[in-house]
Amino acid sequence: MAESDQTVTEGTAAEEVPTVDEVLSQAHAASELDPDAPAVLTVSNLRMYFPVRSTGIIRRKVGDIQAVDGISLALPKGGSVGLVGESGCGKSTAGRAITRLYQPTAGSIEFEGRDLATISNRELKPLRREVQMIFQDPYSSLNPRHTVGSIVAAPLRIHNVVPKNQTLKRVQELLEVVGLNPEHYNRYPNEFSGGQRQRIGIARALALQPKVIVADEPVSALDVSIQAQVINLLQDLQREFDIAFLFIAHDLAVVRHFCPEIAVMYLGKIVEIGDRDSIYNNAHHPYTQALLSAVPDVKQAITGGRRERIQLTGDVPSPIDPPSGCRFRTRCPIAQEICSRHEPPLLQIGRRHKVACHFPGRLGEHPHAPLTAGLLGVDAEGRPDPGASPSSDLVEQPGYADTWFDLDKKSIGRA
Amino acid sequence: MTAPSSELDSHLAVDRGPDTLLTEVVSKSPMRLAVARFRKDKLSMVSLVVVVLFFLLAISAPILVAADLIDPLKNDTDLLDEYGLPLGSFGGISGDHWLGVEPGGGRDALARLWYGTTFSLSIAIAATIIAMFIGVVAGIVSGAAGGWVDAIIGRAIDLTLAFPQTLMLLALSAVGLAFVEEILGVPRGNPAAAVYVVGVLGLFGWTAVARIVRGQVLSLREREFVQASQMIGASRFRIYFREILPNLWAPILVTFTLMMPAFVSAEAALSFLGVGISAPTPTLGNILTDALRYADSAFLYFFFPALLIAIIVVSFNLLGDGLRDALDPKGHR
Repeated sequence: MAESDQTVTEGTAAEEVPTVDEVLSQAHAASELDPDAPAVLTVSNLRMYFPVRSTGIIRRKVGDIQAVDGISLALPKGGSVGLVGESGCGKSTAGRAITRLYQPTAGSIEFEGRDLATISNRELKPLRREVQMIFQDPYSSLNPRHTVGSIVAAPLRIHNVVPKNQTLKRVQELLEVVGLNPEHYNRYPNEFSGGQRQRIGIARALALQPKVIVADEPVSALDVSIQAQVINLLQDLQREFDIAFLFIAHDLAVVRHFCPEIAVMYLGKIVEIGDRDSIYNNAHHPYTQALLSAVPDVKQAITGGRRERIQLTGDVPSPIDPPSGCRFRTRCPIAQEICSRHEPPLLQIGRRHKVACHFPGRLGEHPHAPLTAGLLGVDAEGRPDPGASPSSDLVEQPGYADTWFDLDKKSIGRA
Repeated sequence: MTAPSSELDSHLAVDRGPDTLLTEVVSKSPMRLAVARFRKDKLSMVSLVVVVLFFLLAISAPILVAADLIDPLKNDTDLLDEYGLPLGSFGGISGDHWLGVEPGGGRDALARLWYGTTFSLSIAIAATIIAMFIGVVAGIVSGAAGGWVDAIIGRAIDLTLAFPQTLMLLALSAVGLAFVEEILGVPRGNPAAAVYVVGVLGLFGWTAVARIVRGQVLSLREREFVQASQMIGASRFRIYFREILPNLWAPILVTFTLMMPAFVSAEAALSFLGVGISAPTPTLGNILTDALRYADSAFLYFFFPALLIAIIVVSFNLLGDGLRDALDPKGHR
């Protein structure tokens, strides 16, 4: 509310509404990366398939929706990783599989020496205290028939965190932490605005003092000015309680502000992952470049400059029957023969930068020959090359290695 | 735990402002909107008054009987002529007997109807509660669990609906009554008959509720608050009955008010067929059955219980319809 009042006073109509960039720039500084933080949650090769069944009495399985098809990422302690992508790319499903709202089809989710992906429901319950979730829609994530007090107290009661007679005190503390009036505990959710409701959802997630919070588009249902407040709150909480966030969003500006590390998903796969600078200023995957070119930029509009807008044609292919090889090839402006034959490995090309493309390069500087051909042991068209020896360590690993493939020297580089 | 920084303090300052600031943006709760809609509907309000009146009558009857102010069981042949019909015009209506006297026994018709309403409504309520309980539990479990549980409960509903209830009820009444008396240890006669009727109505009446509740749960379970409670480690039981159930009270209330009158008339029909509570204990059903014999000679004795059943059924149905319209603004009339 305070931030939103400081709108730009003069200029064109486009400037009168504050953009996320502007609002955020008036708020907290962007979160910074701590490169030495150990991983608290490590996701390896996570797959989430939903069976597609035929109609009729015998509901035969006819296929799978490959919502998430092998993603790997490491969540640093007290840090945040952003997961971006267009609608339907599987980012929310990935979040729900990581928090075990869904039972993952394959892969592992390592948390404090245990694998959340295969753990039984009984063993999972105590771990619920450590991994929590903030939901997208503040209007449906709070039970309309429960008071705010009982919503926030529910996790405390279920896990017996505090003695019964101190539950109310703790609930009021939590409400205060998220910036709500602690005396409002006996009100119903419908008495609150969207931003306040989202704060209630945050208080519920905080009640168990988790180490990891998966935030599933926590601000996309809110007004821009309220988004900034909620983002600020999340940043404060992250610093105060050392919580690691997996921040799922489709708003690139919000992610840029909140997450020092970003993963870009397309059709169930991570196509590019890296620190903020690698993704926003140095994107090497054509999909990331297209995604970034779609972000409206007010500063550029003021100066009159016009950016090249990359327009992708066609629709996202069906995750039931994804394209062979690279999944982005059907819409990719630089796709070649090899793209339909081989899936590009997620290749590390910088200290904290990985990309899954046969032709990785800055916008307009994509190489003409596939860089990955040698590693895969194939020729430039993707046919098996008897002379080449495929590299053995192309298996996708979470986190970053000390050595990487230097694009300029076309060889394995070192820190 | 303290507020992490000055940023939070500014939030607190905003939210802690004068209380009016919050009440201004408070939207009306769905409940208050529903009450407002219900109040606007005159027919529903009238039916609500009538239904409340019936409940008051039903509650007051045993008290009045205990206080000896009305007596539905006392025979008085002085009020009858030699054919057993009431003396005087209009079925013996007088200052002492406002609705006349019963042909054959000379008992007070008003007292019998009044007391009979108590029994009929009690049986209907008991049967409705049993049916609602089974139906709500089956509906929630079926809708929320899905999969094979849903399939089994769905087939159980189909089976129950396909059952020739009335025939079975009559054919099995001897076995059923014996079961109630011997196994459940209910005293012979009317108590056993009442338990049998309640049990049978309840056990066959739950299917409609289960289907309605299941449909609602199917949409509720996709709401994020269900996943949120899963997220905090809530048990299935808690999700079903603490999270989902409170959101179902509207359809449950409507079904309740629509099921009650059906069971009132079902009880009357069963009495007519000879199953259920028998005289001298009055119910609307057995009074009507008895009165049928005098339908031509003592018409008013037949007319009043019939009218009473009709009023109960119509007013409960109107109340149920009114509630449904008020609670579901998207429904069309």
